[in-house]
Amino acid sequence: MSFDVYLNVAVGGILTGLIYGLMALGLSVVFGVVRVVNFAHGEMMTIAMYLAVVLFAQFHLDPLLMLVPIAAVLFVCGYALQAGLINPFITRPEHSQFLLLVALGLIIVNSLLIVFGPDARSVQTSYAYDSFQIGPLIVDASKLYAGGAAILLTALLFTFFRFTRTGTAIRACADNYTGAQVVGLNVKHLYALTFAIGAACVGAAGAIMTLVIDVTPMLGPTYTLLAFVIVVTGGLGSMPGALLGGVLIGLTEAIAGLLFTPSAKSMFAFAILVLVLLFRPQGLLGKRLA
Amino acid sequence: MTRIRISPNRRDLLVGSAAAVATMAAPSILHAELAPLKVGVLLPRSGFEAGIGQDCQRGADVAPAILKSLGLPALAIMDADTESNVDTARARAEKLINDGAQLLMGAFDSGQTAAIAQVAEQKGIPFIINIAAAPDITEQGYKFVFRNFPTAPMILSSAFANQLELFGIVGAAPKTAVFMHVNDTFGTAMSKGIGVVMPKFNMPYTIVDEIAYDPAARDLSVEVAKAKAANADALLVVSRLNDAMLLTRELVKQRWTPQAIMSMGPGWYEDQYLKTLGKLSDGPISFDPFQDPNKKLSKVLEDALAKSSPGVNLSTNHVYTFEALLIAADAYKRAGSADPKALADAIRSTNITDNVSVGPGIQFNAKGQNDKLKCGVIQNRGGKLVAVAPKEAAEANAEWPMTPYQNRS
Amino acid sequence: MIMARVIARLSGNLSAPTLFLLAALGLALLTAPFFANDYLLTVLILILYFAYAGQAWNIMMGFAGQLSLGHAIYVGLGAYVAALLFTRYGIAPWLGLLAAIPVATACGAIIGFLAFRFGVAGVYFAILTIAFAEFARIGFDHLDIVNASAGLFLPVAQYAHNDLWRLRGSPTMFYYVILAATALAFVLSRALLQSRIGYFWRAIREDEIAARAAGIDTFRYKMYAVMISAAVTAFAGVFYAFFYNNLFPEQVFNISRSIEIILGPVIGGVGTLFGPILGAFILTGLAETLNAVMLHFGLDLPGAKQVFYGICLLIVVLALPNGVWPWLKRRLGLAEELQ
Repeated sequence: MSFDVYLNVAVGGILTGLIYGLMALGLSVVFGVVRVVNFAHGEMMTIAMYLAVVLFAQFHLDPLLMLVPIAAVLFVCGYALQAGLINPFITRPEHSQFLLLVALGLIIVNSLLIVFGPDARSVQTSYAYDSFQIGPLIVDASKLYAGGAAILLTALLFTFFRFTRTGTAIRACADNYTGAQVVGLNVKHLYALTFAIGAACVGAAGAIMTLVIDVTPMLGPTYTLLAFVIVVTGGLGSMPGALLGGVLIGLTEAIAGLLFTPSAKSMFAFAILVLVLLFRPQGLLGKRLA
Repeated sequence: MTRIRISPNRRDLLVGSAAAVATMAAPSILHAELAPLKVGVLLPRSGFEAGIGQDCQRGADVAPAILKSLGLPALAIMDADTESNVDTARARAEKLINDGAQLLMGAFDSGQTAAIAQVAEQKGIPFIINIAAAPDITEQGYKFVFRNFPTAPMILSSAFANQLELFGIVGAAPKTAVFMHVNDTFGTAMSKGIGVVMPKFNMPYTIVDEIAYDPAARDLSVEVAKAKAANADALLVVSRLNDAMLLTRELVKQRWTPQAIMSMGPGWYEDQYLKTLGKLSDGPISFDPFQDPNKKLSKVLEDALAKSSPGVNLSTNHVYTFEALLIAADAYKRAGSADPKALADAIRSTNITDNVSVGPGIQFNAKGQNDKLKCGVIQNRGGKLVAVAPKEAAEANAEWPMTPYQNRS
Repeated sequence: MIMARVIARLSGNLSAPTLFLLAALGLALLTAPFFANDYLLTVLILILYFAYAGQAWNIMMGFAGQLSLGHAIYVGLGAYVAALLFTRYGIAPWLGLLAAIPVATACGAIIGFLAFRFGVAGVYFAILTIAFAEFARIGFDHLDIVNASAGLFLPVAQYAHNDLWRLRGSPTMFYYVILAATALAFVLSRALLQSRIGYFWRAIREDEIAARAAGIDTFRYKMYAVMISAAVTAFAGVFYAFFYNNLFPEQVFNISRSIEIILGPVIGGVGTLFGPILGAFILTGLAETLNAVMLHFGLDLPGAKQVFYGICLLIVVLALPNGVWPWLKRRLGLAEELQ
């Protein structure tokens, strides 16, 4: 196969990876700080995607514009969810958290099935089929916009956590729970806030995802799994880590699909996961856990 | 003690003539006496296969009224959701039989269908399979399981024969083809079958590359890039609905329009494909089990479906689900009773030529498989499906080659 | 007799009411096929299957504290090994089991070794197990020897008479097989818990560092937990293969199967002996009851049952964080079993 094909596939893989990373961002935030394993992550993204689809179908509003409102809706939902339901589970064993969120995921998936039916929905923007051609390179327009939005959002989030007071406070909670309380931080509120921010990320990611994939009610679990692979690979609580993890997975899968049989390309993602877990458990950009 | 007794001769005569009168007045009296047949319909209406299951359900829902208008006995349908899960399928089948189902129908997914088939065989309740891919299901020596749907080798044989005919009609043929298929039960069965079936036909093209992709894949850019790099004339494909849409989008974005897209599976002719892709949906030719537009019953089914589910075009899922119920009602009428053994024997001797699907009609071989089914050839044109082969069944000339995607506004 | 001593040892510490209830349950289950219709029998088989698999999983999680979310891999390996030997060489399932157990155990050993040597614990261990299960799923989807994703079908013979050796027969036969297996798993768990291994496991579960400080070879005992759990789960796979007679990697290794396995023990009570069994009864009972209720009210909405099911799960996990069995035990006034 010629170099052109590899180039195209690699670029596509990187862009896809950026989108995956964005999708995993919310999980990284939640897992890294609140230490709750959000097994309903993919399902929450599915809700955001349906919101985007409905808004587009009814009002022809581009998902990229609707990013903020959708993220806001998910923000509120996330806050309520954490404060109302999840908070007591932070100290409970993982299998309890797991069951709680699996049950939640089940409810979400089937409620969406009832409301929207099983058929795939998509957002048909005017640029849905556009592609840019630069020499031998053909780049998918939607993926490019989505990838760009992913980088932007990550930068935004990174800045928030690094340079704002609230962001620092949240990081303090993550680093030292007791210490944070001693210093006078309202940890319960900050946890809820973090979950809300994570949910908002998921919301934004969902809105952007509608540009590149179709949504069905059963989409959630696959993406939850993918998000976990990326978060562990990239490093807990690290925003750039999530993006990097996503790009690594996206690129590997793309090249593997090209070299071997595409139906087995996910195996490589899992192989990377295992390798990271064994040899660099904190992830590529994560901090060494205490 | 005196006993008044009708002598055997006279009694026999009396009984015999009563029976004779009854059989002469047969149809109306039999109908009046036949209670509705309890048919359990098992489909995956939630879970991973919900889309297909609910589509099949549409075909089942319109059946009772149509069957009644044909003078066939009534069916009492008992719906059950297998939830795309094999444990649930088995439990639901048992429950239906427990609740009095006299016949089962379903279930699309091979694993669930096989589980239900076992239950049906154990209980001696007839089970009519509407759609299921795995050939093995009718190779188990079952006496109560029947499948009115072609197996992968059957679809391939019919498809290749039809392709040869189509090439003759359009006067052109691809020299090379790249074969893409979804890596699930159906796709894999088709892939394995090609190696066996294709050499039997003198196909003008060779398959230069075979690309299998994950059924859960949301992004097929790598697969299409690989296919494009094979530099083949045509794209031979076995996919599902969602992949068909994804593949088409990638073909557009990567700027590759094959000479022809020949599909031997679902997806490319389905409503959602046509509606979602609009002008970009034109061109692909599907070689699939399908309705025969020239058969009377097809029109009846089409009209009924249009009324019950407006905007939904008649296609494979509806056709074969309807036919399964047609078989049930027809067998019931001929058996005259709901005795499972009688029903099974009646089904085995089914011979319905006034059906909906392409082919000589509905008959079953000793294994319970309808081995006479044929495929239709339909092309997407202007948001509709037109039959383009064989010549007798064609409604229009095939468009060959496909209009490049880039040229469509 | 040794038997008497063993039974005495196992049932020592159990109060009279406990033994009585246990005996009553045992009797009910033994005689079930006589008064249950076929549908109920199928439901019971499913319940016992999940009770068995849950019990096997519980050994790893409840006793040694290792959360496995990829247990379907052991089921799948057991199923495929036995099925392959049967379809290719006509080897009976009980002999196939002798091959399936080492394969599953080896897999568990690999996962355990990699995890414990490299210090992968908690959620990360769970994610590791998911990764292995997914790897197996995709791998088997491409393995031609088992027919890949086209599925492996076992030849189904007849149902006229029960062939226990080849596991071909009526549901009643399968019922007694899985009932015996579940009972054995229950006894095995009890025996393990009361043994030295069981004490070490509980120490590790409570505080691994302290256990190590006390001189327990935590690596070795965690490995035992994983390997024993895997070995016991292998039989569930063999049973599955011969009960359903068809295997598709997509379904057998699927993460939803792994989740189904752990639901029972988590609802019933992780780490308890009776939890997995109770959990299996509750969950399957709940599912079937919901179906019946919805049928009764004529509510035919695909997905509605799963919504109610999820809500019930939520309520249980919120109200009874340690599972139903500990709560039920207190309610019934049964003596505290040796945990």
